[in-house]
Parts: sequence; structure tokens; C-alpha cells
Amino acid sequence: MSELRPDLAIIANHVGGGSRVLDVGCGDGELMDVLRAKQCDARGIEIDPANVSLAVARGLSVVQGDADTDLVNYPDHAFDYAILSQTLQTARAPDQVLTELMRIGRRAFVSFPNFAYWRVRLSLAWGGRMPMTAALPVSWYATQNIHQLTIDDFRAFVKERGITVEQAWFLTGTRRSGDAAANLRAEHAVFLLRR
Amino acid sequence: MTDDSRFGLARTVTLAGPLKLDGGARLAPVEIAYETYGALNADGSNAILICHALTGDQHVASTHPRTGKPGWWTRMVGVGRPIDPARHFIICANVLGSCLGSSGPATIDPKKEAPFAMRFPVITIRDMVRAQAMLLDHLGVERLSAVVGGSMGGMQVLQWAATYPDRVRSAVAIATAARHSAQNIAFHEVGRQAIMADPKWRGGDYYADNDPPAAGLAVARMAAHITYLSEAGLTEKFGRRLQARAGNKNGAKSFGFDADFQIESYLRHQGISFVDRFDANSYLYITRAMDYFDLAEEHGGLLASAFDKATRFCLVSFDTDWLYPTAESRAIVHALNAAGAPVSFVELSSPFGHDAFLLDVPELNRVVDGFLRAGENA
Repeated sequence: MSELRPDLAIIANHVGGGSRVLDVGCGDGELMDVLRAKQCDARGIEIDPANVSLAVARGLSVVQGDADTDLVNYPDHAFDYAILSQTLQTARAPDQVLTELMRIGRRAFVSFPNFAYWRVRLSLAWGGRMPMTAALPVSWYATQNIHQLTIDDFRAFVKERGITVEQAWFLTGTRRSGDAAANLRAEHAVFLLRR
Repeated sequence: MTDDSRFGLARTVTLAGPLKLDGGARLAPVEIAYETYGALNADGSNAILICHALTGDQHVASTHPRTGKPGWWTRMVGVGRPIDPARHFIICANVLGSCLGSSGPATIDPKKEAPFAMRFPVITIRDMVRAQAMLLDHLGVERLSAVVGGSMGGMQVLQWAATYPDRVRSAVAIATAARHSAQNIAFHEVGRQAIMADPKWRGGDYYADNDPPAAGLAVARMAAHITYLSEAGLTEKFGRRLQARAGNKNGAKSFGFDADFQIESYLRHQGISFVDRFDANSYLYITRAMDYFDLAEEHGGLLASAFDKATRFCLVSFDTDWLYPTAESRAIVHALNAAGAPVSFVELSSPFGHDAFLLDVPELNRVVDGFLRAGENA
């Protein structure tokens, strides 16, 4: 099996074995596959039918659906963890998605690309063009990332909503980077949230 | 086991009953025609029940006795297929009310020594499922590894999970709905009225003269057949092309009412060939059972209450199916999420409309195979 994406590896390592997990935007189910091996009851939602087929053919419980519209159908506190990896910035209403996430899961993992990463800033400030980096590889007109955000944006956003940050991890490329000046130095962030 | 006369192709059993029906009547005895493929394993954990659609039958993977055609789901059932007699003990039974050997309107009423005709009690999808459960008791199958079906077969799958959750490990419901919509009922009513408007129908008592309401049944089939196909599929296959005629392979308008268009000729053929293999009264009874189907209604109006967590589900819809569109499957998914049941769902792309579940859609096979194997390995 190929190696997990770094943010997924962090999440996989910190989900307790045997937990109930909802992976929102689960792709072809690579994280769910790892969680299943940890005896987790993993469920997924994925918008792309080809990915859903791949995940179901792997024997995973994945439903085709949209984080923006379908989370309302899950009962309160149905999962130990709700996971939103690299999906928040693609939502039409990220604030509502996060509210639903915190309602459904007792805890939530959220990972996203940091738009204040120094290479992104440089590209915009000096190049005057919408950034295209390893984490943001798609042109402005084709990107699914319609709600770009920074680590500091996210911190302020959860604080306003009274959500507790239990832990945060920062990544540059595949390597972990420190907490210091993460908003400038980190390309990705993973947050573990609690109501 | 191979010597056991209960197992194999073209089996029929008469069960004493009585089967208490939703309509209040009691049916006794209950005849069930069925087939089995493969062998039940020692711990009885490899049984799969396949539920057929409105005009389907028990010949899921064997030659049809009347048409000589191969089984109706050989793409899904067979050696090397997702449902494989080398691995599974496969059961498929003709539904109650049908005409391929199970109790239905053409069956002889023991009290009158004549066919029931319209004196056969009206049945429901749940009655069909109860009859199947009686058959499983007879076969010594306590618990199904899976119950699988498309269209009306999918309704039975949902009903199985709701009625006998402890007997179903995995449920695969394809191109189906948890209730019949007004539009679904409307199309069925057109078909029933076509049959009943045929003077040969005679209140259903046409068996003695062996002169059935073939014209009415053919029209019913023609109307229904349109609902099984997509507009895009019809356009691609037929468009406005004319039927070839002697001396003119491109055809010409007749300025009359012959089947000028290829689609007309195709539908007429569908209607005519259908009457050779199906009984008009059975068509009335089974369409009625489908129209009555509303799984939520049986559970206080809340579909989520129909399900518990004992069964894992796989639902599949097709993007061009307008008979049981994706929204119907989504409603079931939402109910299953609310019930906390494990569920997989995907809308597959196919040009074939509702009929896609019977046709060559490789992705459907991959999905069903992966889902079934995960249940077997759990």
C-alpha cells in the first residue's frame, strides 16, 4: 500500500483504535482503510462517484454525498471523530460544515492548506499572480478551493465559536514544522477540535 | 447435499402455511417455485437470496423454460461473478402472485378446483418476503449472508432488512425506492387499465378458454417498457429512424398506422413477446403490490424506524433512471444514516436508464463484489 498523505498519517495515528469515525470527503477511502485495520467503525462521504465506487469496492461504507448538504442527516454525537481533510476550503459554506462536524462528532480533525504560507505570500505579493504551489497546484479558474484560509484565520474562526483546539500539527511538504510562526512557515495544518 | 431434492434448478415446493397476508386473508397451501445454485456451507453462512423484479422469475442464471433465453442476471450471478455458486449458496424464488410456478392468480384454488383468477387475495411486498422466509425455513437457511435485488427486487431487499433484520447480514438494493411515487402508481394504473379494457380479460376468468387478454397485456408492457429506458438511450438506439421495408432498407412513411418508426416496431415486439411468458392477472397483482409499497408507512411514517444496525446496506442508483431516480436512493441512505446502519451508496453513470441494473455495467459488478466480500470477511 502506498504511504498515506502526511496529514492523513497524523490523523490515522491519533484516532483511537475501535472508534466510530466519519470521514467527510474520504476520497477513495485510503484513510478509512487504515482506520479499519485499527478496528474502527469507519464511514465515509465522498462527492466523486468514481472515488465512491473504488471505496465501496474496497468494502468500505462510503456514501456518495456532499458535505455542504448531507451532514444534516446524521444524528448528534453519532461519531467519536468526524474528519474533514483538505475539504473545508472546498465547501460552499465552510462555517456550516464545521458546525455540523462538531455536532456529529465528539471530536473533529480538520486539515487544510495554509494560504499564508510564505511561498504563497511571495507568489501573490511579488508575482502578483494567484499562487500555484505543491499544496495548491491548480489554476485559479479550475481550483476547487473556493474558500482559501490561513492558519490564523482558522484559529480565530474556532475561537469565535467556542470550539477548543486540543492539538495542532503543522507540515511543510511531507515534514513536520514547528509551532513557531506556523502561519508563515507551514504549508498545511491539521487541527484536532473538541466541542 | 446434492442428493437432497430441495436443492437445484426448477424446484417447486408446496408449504402447508397458512401464510397470513397483509390484506387479512390466509393463503394455504403456499406453492413456491425456486432454484438454488451452489451448496450451503457447514456453518450455513454463505446463503444469498436474489429477489427478482416485476416480470422476473426464479431463472436468475438458468435457461428460461418458455423463452429459451439465458438467465436474467447472468452478468451478476455465475462462476467468476460477484455472486458465485463456487462460493455462495444462491436462492432465487418466483414471487408470490407471479406465474412461473409460485402461488398466484393462475393457481388452482383448492376450494373451487379452478384457477383463483381475481379471487386470489391482493398481496404486498411484505407478503412476498414472508413467503420467501417460509422457503428459507424449508431449505434450512437461518440467516442470509446477503439479500440482493434490483427494482422491485430492491424493494424486497429493503423489506427483508426491515422485517427480518436478524436474518440478513448484508443487503444490496439496486435502482429502487422505499415507496412508490404518484408517478410510479400512475404508470402502473395505465398498464392495469389496458389489461382490464381488453374484452378478453373477462374479469380475469380467461384461463379455461386459454384465450388471455394478450393485446391489453402487450400495451401494458409497452407503456412500462418506456419507463425502463432513458430518453437519451432511446434517441441513440432509434432516434427518428424509420423501419426498413421490402425494397426500401431506409424505410418510408406509410401515411398510415403501421409501425413506421423503429421505436414503434421495437415496442410492439416487446409487447408481443412478453405475453408469451407472462400472465395478465399476475401483472395486475404484482403492480398492485408495488403500488402499496411504502416502507415508512409501516413504521409510523419514519423510514429510519424501519431499519436497525444489524444489517449493512449497499445502495446503487443510475443517473439516467427516471423510474426510481437517485433521490429515492438518497432518501433511503439518509434514513439509514439516521438509524446508524452501515451503508454504502453510489450513483453510477449509464445511458440505459432503469434497465441498467440488468445490463453490462462493470462498475456495478465491482461495487457489489467489494461490498459482499467485505461482509464475508468481517
